Amino acid sequence: MISLILFIILNNAPGGPLAPYLQNPHITPADIARLKHNLGLDKPIWYRYLVWIGHVLRGDMGYSTSNSEPVLQAILQRLPATLELMGASFVLSIVVGSAAGIFSAIRPYSFADYFITTFAFFGYSMPVFWFALMMQLAFAVHGIPLPFGYQIQLPSAGISTHDRFFLGDRLEHLILPTVVLALLQLALYSRFMRSSMLEVLKTDYMRTASAKGLDFKTVIFKHGLKNALIPIVTVTALNLPSLVGGAIVTETIFAWPGMGRLFFNALGQSDIALLMGYLCLIAFLVVFFNLIADVAYAWLDPRVKYD
Amino acid sequence: MAVGFAPEYPPTGVEEDDFQFAKSSVWKRFRRHRLAMAGVLVLALMVFVAVFAKQLAPYNPDTIDQVHWQGNPLPPCFLNAAQCAGHLLGTDEVGRDLLSRLMFGARISLTVGVSAVLMEIIIGTFLGAIAGYYGGWIDYAIMRITDVFLSIPLLPLLLVLTAIVAANSSKASLGFGVIVLIIGALSWPGVARLVRASFLSLRELEYAEAARAIGNNDGRIIFRHLLPNAVAPIIVQATLDVANVIILESTLSFLGFGIQPPTASWGNMLANAESNLQIAWWVATFPGLCILVTVLAINYIGDGLRDALDPNMR
Repeated sequence: MISLILFIILNNAPGGPLAPYLQNPHITPADIARLKHNLGLDKPIWYRYLVWIGHVLRGDMGYSTSNSEPVLQAILQRLPATLELMGASFVLSIVVGSAAGIFSAIRPYSFADYFITTFAFFGYSMPVFWFALMMQLAFAVHGIPLPFGYQIQLPSAGISTHDRFFLGDRLEHLILPTVVLALLQLALYSRFMRSSMLEVLKTDYMRTASAKGLDFKTVIFKHGLKNALIPIVTVTALNLPSLVGGAIVTETIFAWPGMGRLFFNALGQSDIALLMGYLCLIAFLVVFFNLIADVAYAWLDPRVKYD
Repeated sequence: MAVGFAPEYPPTGVEEDDFQFAKSSVWKRFRRHRLAMAGVLVLALMVFVAVFAKQLAPYNPDTIDQVHWQGNPLPPCFLNAAQCAGHLLGTDEVGRDLLSRLMFGARISLTVGVSAVLMEIIIGTFLGAIAGYYGGWIDYAIMRITDVFLSIPLLPLLLVLTAIVAANSSKASLGFGVIVLIIGALSWPGVARLVRASFLSLRELEYAEAARAIGNNDGRIIFRHLLPNAVAPIIVQATLDVANVIILESTLSFLGFGIQPPTASWGNMLANAESNLQIAWWVATFPGLCILVTVLAINYIGDGLRDALDPNMR
């Protein structure tokens, strides 16, 4: 369903998949016609779609004209880098975001609460790409001087110059892109966590738990957190598309060798097969993680039953 | 924006009085939200600058200062008064006045934001109202479409569409109307869901039934009787979406698939800033600061509106 709509949009674009060749003066109109015939582009759209989906189901997503390799291979090669970046910022944002949210829910309307709430507002009003530029300016260009005479100077490019497999080096390269990508999510999670935790704190079972004489930590983390997490799971799944979008920007700015940058480079060259492959994979991932979220939902909240 | 909530005419009958009361209490609650009021001030300032950009801008935003510019961006006056040559915030990498470009950029960002959201609201409200009011297979069909749209991340899709339009348009520059159309056409599903949800409950209420019983047709019931009662969440959503669209537009422009230079937009002013990061931090800083401040203001206004319009909504 999704793939059909994408296919129609992409292939009906005037110029179509052969657009890169149209600008090449060495290719005559006769060549174009021959290419069209060879690639089956003179067939009607529904026929081409059926052929394409048939190929996809057999694991063949076509040939990327901008990278001169099969689409699937191009994407799979860059998938780990993207997952590494997205995974790292996901963990960072959910951990720090929830912690901040819980903290401000425990002491509502305190100074810390105002601080965190304000920070969250800044976080999701911040354009990702500009934050990336500012981080580069602060850490990669000037370096932030520390009191001990050190400077934190973080590399901003994703590909490391020396030993690629050296863990410390990898981490060092991961820091800036991860923080940049995590900021928006972090802000969102802290806000949702705050309101969700405030809700939970008002409930009777929380009062019962503390009346039983359980200490504060147990009450908050064992009884409160599990219930407060339920709405967060939904938010997490709904937020995945924006994480993907942010990854494109972040990867492009930090030259991170992932799918997002691959996609961005393919854009300028009308590499339809690759764009299709990327969008379909992303849509598939989003649906897949929504499913996982549903399962997690049922696990956290036994009241939810799926037939 | 805020003026809309102030009483406009003296109350006459009892009904009118109630109406006035509801209106002024919304305004009262909104006014208590200090950050939202600050947001209104900031936004008003931005709108003022955008509207009168032509009169306020010290230079033409597109002309190069050929007298003083020598290949590197000129520094802002507060950094180096001797070298700035009258450019308060300095110039960009090709010698155009940064402040003037920021002012004209405000025009683009705000107009794109408001018009794309208007379009999104019109489509979303219409489809959501129909889906919620009629239910059944119409509802099913519309909701499946929103599912599809919501499961594809917006940014890549926008990029693909603008890239295709840009690659195939005869003109060298991508019109700003195209950006508005594409953003508006892709972002309505959120609104449609929202409107549908309120219509599902509204259509069961007694006054909806009464309206039906006295023989109103569906169109009249939907737009005259039900819609005014679903308007609060739409207003809040619209406000927050203006903020989102401004960020989206600037991201697109930054990546080179939005507003095309030489037209200044806050996003495309940052496009070349990365390569000049080492020598000219101001080129990279000020446009982004403008985006941040504007978006922050709008988000606070949205937050204030949410608190004011419906205290139970959060």
